[in-house]
Amino acid sequence: MDNPLIDLVHVSKSFDGEMVLDDLNLSIKENSFVTLLGPSGCGKSTTLRILGGFVKPDQGKVFFDGKDITNVPANKRQLNTVFQKYALFPNMSIPENIAFGLRIKKKPESYIREKIKYALKLVNLEGMEDRDVNSLSGGQQQRIAIARAIVNEPKVLLLDEPLSALDRKLRQEMQYELIRLKNELGITFIYVTHDQEEAMTMSDVVVVMNQGYIQQMGTPQQIYNEPENAFVADFIGESNILPGTMLEDKVVRIFGAVFKCVDSGFGTNKPVDVVIRPEDVELVDADDPKALLKGKMTYSIFKGEWYEMGIQTPDGYEWLVHSTENREPETEAGIYVKPYNIQIMNRPVSEDEEAMSLEE
Amino acid sequence: MKSKNARWLAAPYIIWMIGFIVIPLFVILCYGFVNSRGYFTFANVLAIGRREHLKALGLSIFLAAISTLICFLLAYPLGLILRARNVGAGSFITFIFILPMWMNFLLRTLAWQTLLERKGVINAVLTALHLPNQHLINTPAAIVFGMVYNYLPFMILPVYNALVKIDDNTINAARDLGANFWQTLLRVILPLSVPGIVSGITMVFVPALTTFVVSDLLGGGKILLIGNVIEQEFMRTSDWNLGSGLSLVLMVFVILSMLLVNHFDEQSTGVSGRRTMF
Repeated sequence: MDNPLIDLVHVSKSFDGEMVLDDLNLSIKENSFVTLLGPSGCGKSTTLRILGGFVKPDQGKVFFDGKDITNVPANKRQLNTVFQKYALFPNMSIPENIAFGLRIKKKPESYIREKIKYALKLVNLEGMEDRDVNSLSGGQQQRIAIARAIVNEPKVLLLDEPLSALDRKLRQEMQYELIRLKNELGITFIYVTHDQEEAMTMSDVVVVMNQGYIQQMGTPQQIYNEPENAFVADFIGESNILPGTMLEDKVVRIFGAVFKCVDSGFGTNKPVDVVIRPEDVELVDADDPKALLKGKMTYSIFKGEWYEMGIQTPDGYEWLVHSTENREPETEAGIYVKPYNIQIMNRPVSEDEEAMSLEE
Repeated sequence: MKSKNARWLAAPYIIWMIGFIVIPLFVILCYGFVNSRGYFTFANVLAIGRREHLKALGLSIFLAAISTLICFLLAYPLGLILRARNVGAGSFITFIFILPMWMNFLLRTLAWQTLLERKGVINAVLTALHLPNQHLINTPAAIVFGMVYNYLPFMILPVYNALVKIDDNTINAARDLGANFWQTLLRVILPLSVPGIVSGITMVFVPALTTFVVSDLLGGGKILLIGNVIEQEFMRTSDWNLGSGLSLVLMVFVILSMLLVNHFDEQSTGVSGRRTMF
């Protein structure tokens, strides 16, 4: 069980001299919902296309179930893909679309009929057999595309930004639908998206990518609460990324104030990046003894469940704060952060690590 | 107000159509159905039943069909290659294939005459290589050569246009679902490019069926196509009635072949309302 189902080993790929994937290593376990998350051009789609067999890596190997499939063509792989814009066959009916893979494999017609029925039921489109493919809505076409893939009983379903063309409400519905599907089918889903909310909602494992590198791989909780570098912290949700100095283990200085934290092993007097989520910044009265830093409120916006506020400390940095309690702009306030809400990250030093930091 | 304006704007085209399409057609109809003394007759139309006319029509259909088939077999793989290479319609290779269209039709055909002649360029090269000379000019093969050369761009352009419109991921999806190259070609690419193929067939078959210039220049007046027969009735024997009658028969064949091709188009794409030519 511990053996990974899919293993990408030292995979590199460049297009027109531009490095898209640089020595990528990635292991994916069976029955997991893995999301490749990152901004456009980070290499996530290329990774998926290498898995699907549509792109050949320049270097490195792809293993599936222990076998080297690097040079196996797409039509001989035990994976199926759900494409971004559905890519249904417009010259075929809905049942013909779903049956395409089974007919290629020359399955008996009675089996195919059963499978079509089962698949349409699974994606909640029973009774749609007679509709014209081109008359379906985006969400329905997406469901047909999923049905078309899963009737082939793949071990892995690859999904390339399948929800990006749908509107917000439908996208959320489909997220729950995909979780249900994954659980019912009991297969591995590899999902590509640039939407961190989708990644958080559905995944067992999130792989954050940028500029051809894996920045961090972990559960959604790990990615959110313990980002390994500034890029991950910034890309996943909103955050304050502050320059700090690690004075000693579990003590960090930010803008001249000393904060207690829970991280250690960074050395003494070492410059570090400090990540504090906006909901973890606690605003107190300026004369409260808890206040570690003092600042001036800059703005406040009501967001429904919380207020989004800014507070500027004397060093000129404007902290982002989410809180259910409003504070009026132009008033003074104090800042307090609980030790376990402070996340310390190494400053990038080498050239490779430099690339991992923010694109700016 | 708007519709009245639109009507006025359409007027020049309507006048054009009446003057240069409807009236000539009507005149041909009149000529075709009367004899030289002005009496109504079916004789001119039924003259197609004469042995030499049937032979010419049969040969015309045969050579036009062969030329269309060769054009298709040349154009389709080229379209697939251009599509796979993602070179775009403005590329050099497309330009090379379209280039002959910029030259005069007669000039192109005359050039083939010089190439194919008994003492022409091709035989000169063969002689230089100590190979036996070939009898090329004045054969049906020479006419097919000329037709394919002249009409090939008219097949390439619509076929290529239809092929590049197919989404990459639609083809990837077929591969993903287990289809090999030929299965993908037959089940997905070919059906989706049918509108382009139909346009291509129309644009090659119709001029090939009715041509008399190509057969005149490369057939040396010895091989008579239906186009040559009609031309002779008008130009040499001055029997306008017979010429018109045979023209009408040819027109019926053109219309029938187009209906046939369009029928296949609708059947394979399953989408109605997609029409080519008429």
